[in-house]
Amino acid sequence: MDQSLHSRPVDPGRMTRALRLVRSAPLTAKIGMVVMAIYAFVALFAPLLAPYGEVEVVSRVPFEAWGPEHLLGTDQLGRDFLSRLIYGARNSIAIALVTTVISFTIGCLLGVFAALVGGVVDQAISRLVDALMSVPDLIFTLMILSIFGSSVLNLILIIAVLTSTRFFRISRAAALNVASLDFVEAAKARGEGLLWIAVNEVFPNILPLILSELGMRFCFIFLNIAALSFLGVGLQPPTAEWGSMVRDNAALINMGDITPLIPAAAIAFLAIAVNFVVDWLLNRASGLSDEG
Amino acid sequence: MTGRETIPPVVEMTDLRIEAKSNDQWSKIVNGVSLVIRPGEVLGLVGESGAGKSTIGLAALGYLRPGARATGGTVRLLDQDLLAIPEEERRPFRGTRVAYVAQSAQAAFNPVHRVMDQIVMVAVERGGMTRAEAEGRAVDLFRALQLPEPETFGRRFPHQVSGGQLQRAMVAMAMICNPALIVFDEPTTALDVTTQVEVLISIRKVIENFGVAAIYITHDLAVVAQIAHRVAVLRYGQVVEEAPIDRIMDCPQHPYTKSLWAVHEMPVAHAADHGTKGAPLLSLTDVSARYRDFEVLNGIDLTVGQGETVALVGESGSGKSTLGRLIVGLKEPAGGQLLYDGKPLPHRVRRRSAETLKQIQIIYQSADTALNPRQTVRKIIGRPLTLYHRLRGARREARMQELLRLVELDETHAGRLPGQLSGGQKQRVAIARALAAEPRLIVCDEITSALDKVVQAEVLRMLLRLQARLGVSYLFITHDIEVVRAIADRVVVMQHGRIVEQGDKDRIFAPPHEPYTETLLASVPDMAVGWLDRIIAARAA
Repeated sequence: MDQSLHSRPVDPGRMTRALRLVRSAPLTAKIGMVVMAIYAFVALFAPLLAPYGEVEVVSRVPFEAWGPEHLLGTDQLGRDFLSRLIYGARNSIAIALVTTVISFTIGCLLGVFAALVGGVVDQAISRLVDALMSVPDLIFTLMILSIFGSSVLNLILIIAVLTSTRFFRISRAAALNVASLDFVEAAKARGEGLLWIAVNEVFPNILPLILSELGMRFCFIFLNIAALSFLGVGLQPPTAEWGSMVRDNAALINMGDITPLIPAAAIAFLAIAVNFVVDWLLNRASGLSDEG
Repeated sequence: MTGRETIPPVVEMTDLRIEAKSNDQWSKIVNGVSLVIRPGEVLGLVGESGAGKSTIGLAALGYLRPGARATGGTVRLLDQDLLAIPEEERRPFRGTRVAYVAQSAQAAFNPVHRVMDQIVMVAVERGGMTRAEAEGRAVDLFRALQLPEPETFGRRFPHQVSGGQLQRAMVAMAMICNPALIVFDEPTTALDVTTQVEVLISIRKVIENFGVAAIYITHDLAVVAQIAHRVAVLRYGQVVEEAPIDRIMDCPQHPYTKSLWAVHEMPVAHAADHGTKGAPLLSLTDVSARYRDFEVLNGIDLTVGQGETVALVGESGSGKSTLGRLIVGLKEPAGGQLLYDGKPLPHRVRRRSAETLKQIQIIYQSADTALNPRQTVRKIIGRPLTLYHRLRGARREARMQELLRLVELDETHAGRLPGQLSGGQKQRVAIARALAAEPRLIVCDEITSALDKVVQAEVLRMLLRLQARLGVSYLFITHDIEVVRAIADRVVVMQHGRIVEQGDKDRIFAPPHEPYTETLLASVPDMAVGWLDRIIAARAA
């Protein structure tokens, strides 16, 4: 079937192929994609969706109960909880996304570079990465943040650098497998430059693997930021962030109120949704050789 | 012969039909095959790749590959219809009543267990033997298979054993429970010619000594002529012709069989056509190379003239491929001098001028790994056009289509990915990529050894035509003497990183030979029944 389809001179467009791909996804991956779409929508249109402002104090009563005026009640300073939850989506996701993209770029470029060049350069970069990885992430981040102060930029950079070590490892390993294949050697013999080989010959072949790593790392970064905020060194008040929202309202749990668990659930749902999609991508990537 | 007809068969397949699923569709891969194998008889299954040989071989074990299903027919193994009983009941047959010898012993043995442990396992667990009995039998088999130090051979690990020995160890594993039938699936295809002879002799010997019936799957007609009593020729999952070996070798009936036989007579390069050879294009003087402390090449003197085909022969590990990589600049020589077109050739790719890079191209053995699976044919062939000739857009497209036609493909292939092409087509794309540079010298590294005979002959013919048209020189690295006979002008024989002998083809192939050349030539099976018998007889004498 595939054979006859592709023998047509004109290939179906990228959009059609993408649509067909989505339709062939299993149920879990579809659920994951829908949930991710909802999160993206909420994050994009937060100012329109939120009933009140992000830092607006709307009630004189802190920890107000759920009611018609404040659907999820208010927080410890009397700000609307639902509004902060919606704005929190924006802040948490945006920061996690930027961090992921930066670490992905640094890690993959270095990884493919190290694999192609090999020798001393590869050894030097790899040992440096090993050294970075040997320190527990959270402790390392806490240390650096307490030295340089916890600004959003510092937060993003330190987590990006630490996470890029993971991208480096996986892209280097995947690129090593590809770099030993004849078509890479043929490109070298043809006199191609290193960058051309990395981008045209190696990268497309390791893309499925590192894309799924990208999804997984996004979850970890997200949780990392939430954890740091929970510890009080992440995003600083009054910015709404899910991790810090859990901490600030944690006292409510003692009173049998589940409100502080809602941001926690928001984090969990996104992590699950992303993982559903990642699992599917991974399966597709590993089945690639069978499909030919 | 007449006596056999009355003995009940070991295996009887009747109207066997098997389908396999690919791209959500069931396609027939075995289409109504009926075969009978009687005790002590060897049936050769011959055909091109994809003809359904292996599927039928596995069906004799009652095994279907994942994604395949039997849609009709029966497979009777000693009065038991294997397809009628569930998988759990079939499994005890395997290894005890019927056994399998795979193409690659390296892949079939587990590298972390000793050879003996793996061989006796099935005998102890299913064959009802004690460990000591099984080991005793294994040693007997090692002896029959002429393995070195049969008493202690089993204590080795698979990596401590050579490829040919491991293949024989797998035959021992198959024989351990004294099965009624063994299926040999291309057991010598991955071996060098010199090793192949040893394995063939061993297989012949155990089949005769132990009176086991066998199915011998191969695409090499010369091999099947030495082993089989009867041959069934397969095409598109059907038997097109079945006859005793001497009859089918001497007068094949079916047109397809005839065409298979005909390709065995390869195209022949006419040395006269090229007339006087041009000046030497590439010459190597006293070149050596090493991997760390290991010397792979030593004192290589070699010349390739313009428009000439030089064949480089030798078994695997003789340094042939290293020499090829050295010429294209991927491996740095440890010493010696390389001259190209009268000027010193820089050792590394990065030191060479674009013009030199363009003029020396390489084609690899396996087009599967030599073509980027994520690039379309258009991009693969187009890249050297842009890189070397600065062609873009419509002019590049026109030139690419011209190249596709040159290698006997057409523009419908341009949009495909390598995975959507057959093995022969992929190799043609790789050749087109090399030609796109408009080279003067192409290093061909075993480029036909992954192809079956029919395709191989087509590709070789095409290369010869291209040479006549474009005047390009080939350095043809191969271990296949037949290919050398077909296309070479001059032959260089290598062993252990040294050149043993070199000269014009006619001189190399005419006696007297160097001892190693002699062995190499004598190891190539003849397309005639009785060649192996003569070798065995000669050794006994």
